[in-house]
Amino acid sequence: MDKGVKTRWISLYVENQVGVLSKISGLFSGKSYNLDSLTVGTTEDPTVSRMTIATVSDDETFEQIKKQLNRMVEVIKVIDFTDVFVRMKEILYVKVRKCSAADKVELFQIAETFKARVIDYGKDSLLLEFVQTATKNDAVVKLIKEEFKNIEVVRGGSVGIESISMMER
Amino acid sequence: MRQISGNKLLVKALKEEGVTTLFGYPGACTIDISDELYRQSGIDIILPRHEQALVHEADAYARTTGKVGVCLVTSGPGATNLVTGLATANYDSVPLVCFTGQVARHLIGNDAFQEVDIVGITRSITKYGVTVRNREDLGRIIKEAFYIARTGRPGPVLIDLPKDVMAELGSAEYPKNVNIRGYKPNTNVHMGQLKKALKMLQKAKKPLFLAGGGVNIANANEIFTSVVEKTQVPVVTTVMGRGAISTRHPLFIGNLGMHGAYAANMAVTNCDLLFSIGTRFNDRITGKLHEFAPNAQIVHIDIDTASISRNIHVDVPIVADAKEAITKMAEYVTECNTKKWRTEIDTWKNEHPLSMKNRPLMGPLDIFNEINKQFDKAIIVTDVGQHQMLTSQFVDITESRKLIMSGGLGTMGYGLPGAIGAQIGNPDTPVISISGDGGMQMNIQELATAVLEELPIINCIFNNTYLGMVRQWQKLFYGKRYSMTNLRVGALSRRTNGEEYPKYTPDFIKLAESYGAKGIRVTKREEIAAAFEEARKSTKVPTVIEFIIDPEEMVYPMVKPGGTLADLIMDC
Repeated sequence: MDKGVKTRWISLYVENQVGVLSKISGLFSGKSYNLDSLTVGTTEDPTVSRMTIATVSDDETFEQIKKQLNRMVEVIKVIDFTDVFVRMKEILYVKVRKCSAADKVELFQIAETFKARVIDYGKDSLLLEFVQTATKNDAVVKLIKEEFKNIEVVRGGSVGIESISMMER
Repeated sequence: MRQISGNKLLVKALKEEGVTTLFGYPGACTIDISDELYRQSGIDIILPRHEQALVHEADAYARTTGKVGVCLVTSGPGATNLVTGLATANYDSVPLVCFTGQVARHLIGNDAFQEVDIVGITRSITKYGVTVRNREDLGRIIKEAFYIARTGRPGPVLIDLPKDVMAELGSAEYPKNVNIRGYKPNTNVHMGQLKKALKMLQKAKKPLFLAGGGVNIANANEIFTSVVEKTQVPVVTTVMGRGAISTRHPLFIGNLGMHGAYAANMAVTNCDLLFSIGTRFNDRITGKLHEFAPNAQIVHIDIDTASISRNIHVDVPIVADAKEAITKMAEYVTECNTKKWRTEIDTWKNEHPLSMKNRPLMGPLDIFNEINKQFDKAIIVTDVGQHQMLTSQFVDITESRKLIMSGGLGTMGYGLPGAIGAQIGNPDTPVISISGDGGMQMNIQELATAVLEELPIINCIFNNTYLGMVRQWQKLFYGKRYSMTNLRVGALSRRTNGEEYPKYTPDFIKLAESYGAKGIRVTKREEIAAAFEEARKSTKVPTVIEFIIDPEEMVYPMVKPGGTLADLIMDC
């Protein structure tokens, strides 16, 4: 039955109104659709919000999700990112505590390798900021988790926009 | 510029929307609206005895008049009592606009007296719901609500009205036009797709029309019948689609599905083209999905894109209003050669016609025969259960006879309030409600509404002292362990000293009389005709006819839950 189960991305224009986020997330929970990631923010038009949604689903379910979203009165436009070139990034903060001097050196190296920034610094702690794809962030979290014990991770969820000329993601 | 209160604007809006009847129950948060309705005449207000019944009444009113049903209830419990009715209307695509009172804005979120987040509670069972947070939005929101409710796939809309917003003065303007950027229902038919479908219809050797509730909602019965006659393609209907073509029409085979006719289910299983219009392919009609219409290509016309290709794979999807699509079809169709195919269907019809066992006692079939005989024109409203499925099998639905019921949600307690709403909307048409003794008691308080509104409804209670449909499953699949289905046992079920079950309670006849309705008990076949004749004489008073039915009566045929359509239990 699992025809083409994979992560798919949707960009959604919705009315910037009370309850819309709850309605969208309620659709996913109520109909047992997977909701992997959801971000939302206002657009250049303050009455419109734009969401970037990731869902793991098969072809048929994904078709249903798009149709169900489309029929919502508050949804203005559904864009399927599956076959579109998009720029997509996620912000990730990692705070590492109880670092030794050697730890810090290693963290700086990690930061350099992943083009992250060290944005805050304490006597025995560091705060790193990564802006890259969610997949790369997954890898970073995995790596840091293996190397360090006292860590704190917070992730923003991906936001995406169609490319203008770029043919890569 | 003249300014008016939100309450005044609401009543003005109702009048501009052409609302003539409102179903309302008052409370603290809506008392100002009640007051405004009192001062401005012109809208008939129906005061039911419970908000759940209220919304069913508005629902049946809408289903039988084509207008939007309008409800007004208070905040908190008034609003939560709408929930079942909203879900009922949502499943069956019924246009409703429900106004709920709400506490003043500064109290929202404080767990104030009679405060609930009704928009949140009903989010997944309404087409749209919104709390009016600013007085200046009120007119636009009401206008949009009526538009959303009745267009596209119709459905219930809920508007939550904080008390202070409604008291505030503001513009007296009620907008004339609607423009919702996220909601542009599409009704136009994609001609390319339709022509492709018609070509397949022409080519098919065993074509079959499947008509769902959408054909009835779109009022496309007449044009559909003419398309059927032109093409000579036979028809099966869903329970909600019954009446899409007269059930007396020679090309009508029967309902398909769990309790469908044998010939109808066999036709679906053997057809090579299933041309379906206005149905969701609900699990009760498809049976086991993989073996549904296994030899057929499937055309599906529906107004709701999300209903297409959801449950079954569709070869030609067409998003359109049923009436528009069928009207276009009528222009292009020609006769299909279905003679051989129809003979095959006739064989199935003769092999296993719809029937019930002949018993010495009076049975449901005797009652249906009498209804078919005595009422040429009628609206039949059922509750939910065995009597509902039997009605959908045996009561003829024609051009002048309509059937309504809670099909999708299967809401017990729909029957009596449904009949009230139907009669209020259709004062000149006889309205017959058919309920079981279980469902009847879920909204029996509405006898008061029926009496006070002087509605000559004929309420038939099929009293078999059991929750019959569940009992039927217990009889067939649960070793006759009648758990929780005998309405007579009560405390006795916990004692084992062999006492007799107590008498049935309530005594429906005495109860009817205590409300001021007529009560007739029928225990013998010979009494049926006279009971209906007596009930028909009444022009202002409802009649309750209690039919004493054998609990062993069953609904056949039956597809085993999870079984295929061709695998029917015919009798046991």
